[in-house]
Amino acid sequence: MNVFSDYTTQIVALGAMLLGISAGMLGSFVVLKKEALVGDAISHSALPGICLAFMAFGAKDTNLFLFGAVAAGLLSIFVVKTVVKYSKIKFDSALAIILSSFFGLGLVLMTYIQRIPNSNQAGMEKFIFGQASTMLKREVYELLAVGVVLIILIILFWKELKLYVFNPEYADSLGFSTRKISFLLSAMTVLAVVAGLQTVGVILMSAMLVSPAVGARQWTDRLSIMVLLAGIFGGLSGLIGTLISSSVRNMPTGPAIVLVLSIFVLISLVFAPNRGLLWRQIRHYQNVKSIGRDKVLMNLYYLSRQHENEHAHAIEAICMSCDKKIEKQYRQILEKLVEMGYAAQAQKDCYVITTEGRNHLTENGLIKEANYGLL
Amino acid sequence: MKKEENYIINVEDMTVAYHVKPVLWDVDFHVPEGVLMAVVGPNGAGKSTLIKAMLGLLKPVSGTALFWGKPYQTQRKRIGYVPQRGSVDWDFPTTVLDVVCMGRYGAAGWIKRIGKAEKKMALEALDKVGMLEFKNRQISQLSGGQQQRVFLARALVQDAEIYFMDEPFQGVDARTEKAVIDILKALRDTGKTVVVVHHDLQTVPEYFDWVTLLNTQLIASGPTAEVFTEENLKKTYRTSGEAIKE
Repeated sequence: MNVFSDYTTQIVALGAMLLGISAGMLGSFVVLKKEALVGDAISHSALPGICLAFMAFGAKDTNLFLFGAVAAGLLSIFVVKTVVKYSKIKFDSALAIILSSFFGLGLVLMTYIQRIPNSNQAGMEKFIFGQASTMLKREVYELLAVGVVLIILIILFWKELKLYVFNPEYADSLGFSTRKISFLLSAMTVLAVVAGLQTVGVILMSAMLVSPAVGARQWTDRLSIMVLLAGIFGGLSGLIGTLISSSVRNMPTGPAIVLVLSIFVLISLVFAPNRGLLWRQIRHYQNVKSIGRDKVLMNLYYLSRQHENEHAHAIEAICMSCDKKIEKQYRQILEKLVEMGYAAQAQKDCYVITTEGRNHLTENGLIKEANYGLL
Repeated sequence: MKKEENYIINVEDMTVAYHVKPVLWDVDFHVPEGVLMAVVGPNGAGKSTLIKAMLGLLKPVSGTALFWGKPYQTQRKRIGYVPQRGSVDWDFPTTVLDVVCMGRYGAAGWIKRIGKAEKKMALEALDKVGMLEFKNRQISQLSGGQQQRVFLARALVQDAEIYFMDEPFQGVDARTEKAVIDILKALRDTGKTVVVVHHDLQTVPEYFDWVTLLNTQLIASGPTAEVFTEENLKKTYRTSGEAIKE
């Protein structure tokens, strides 16, 4: 097995990587705009466009197919936006309706085409799941061109895209027509999706837009870093996915790339600092513990206020219970409080709050709230 | 009535409808230069809609809003807008300073980037609203009051002559409210005109010198002392859009 030195594989992997980089970067804006499903609508809608192009021109020329795909993709977005604007149907429903009707039409047309005698070499199945291994050098160049154009557009219109995604009304008030920026973003999305159809296929193409961005968002709070990371995730997935698919017989590229992407997303969801699930769980656990400690400390504080001269109290008084299990818990917490300097141990199982402990409560506003009767 | 030239904002015959239901009905009013004006009315009276229609953010059924006698599109750079705090997703990955810098985007125009001079202006504005120490904060970590201050700072760097603010006191702490109104008063004192969508009737006489009372239709508009009367308030809050049906 010698996938890495094989010329075709190198070409294909390069193409998939370029696609992943540009789709991932662009997808960051789409995801932040909360229009992640737009990519899905465009890619599914491209299928009837491809079929109609084939039926009209009959040729195997992929460029004509792609032209049909672009036209159908743009049309689908236009229809969705029109439906949302002029009816009471919401954006997500409109997307779902358009997506499925276009895709349905595409499947019907494909069945029809397959009955035409000369269609067996049309190779249209590859548009469903993607078959990068049939990619030609020329097509890789096309992908490269699309990728470069997209990246240049993102850099040029960085400020406009950011403003549009973050605060569209404000963008309009400053004179940046959101209609124009929205069209730009849609056109770029169509370009990216159509470029990726041969590699990843209509069904999974939207993952190339969405997944890298979702993964990248987990690691950073800066838009620039998010876009960069999304590009890296997308590019790596394209590369690794293609290599996997070319080393396993008959494995379509699309699913391989998307699976690799999903692994990136999964790792990001669980392990990313701050936003990751694991991190959040740990922080939650720490919060619960610290609140528990503060509550015990408050009990000590109340006890100290009930008496003129401050003296230590037995653990039974502090936890107001004689349950042995609860007492044990309290003993642990109290020992921790002593260790932190917030409480002092007078004798065995007798504790008193310290000045530091009092300060700690004041700093957190607990004493003030207690005085207002809020606790 | 004063002479027409004294007014820098002239709104005429403004009617806005979402689908069938009119939200604003034939609203006319004029604002002179250098006032701090409140737009007051019950929920659903069309206060925010009025501002958005004036700024061309939504298309009115009929009516015009002129600034210095010209439409908004030609006067953008002299007008600043502060949208409602809730109109954006504060989980967007960006910093306080970056949001404030957005106020200079309009002056920069398409494609051009903003530079050091703009960043300096943004820092100064942040200082004015007392948020300088938060400049590198991720915006999701701000409280409601802090978010409002950031929005105000963003409008300040626009260096406009008229400011429109949509509910700047909605859900902010007392300290922020005080800070914001002080800044607005200072703006007015330097000759700027400020229009504020406002909810709290109690504070109107104290904060504003000009008032527009609105409930789908215009009830009254003019100096607070003349217009902010019990009778007008009753008219504003009694009807709920029924009057226009007749």
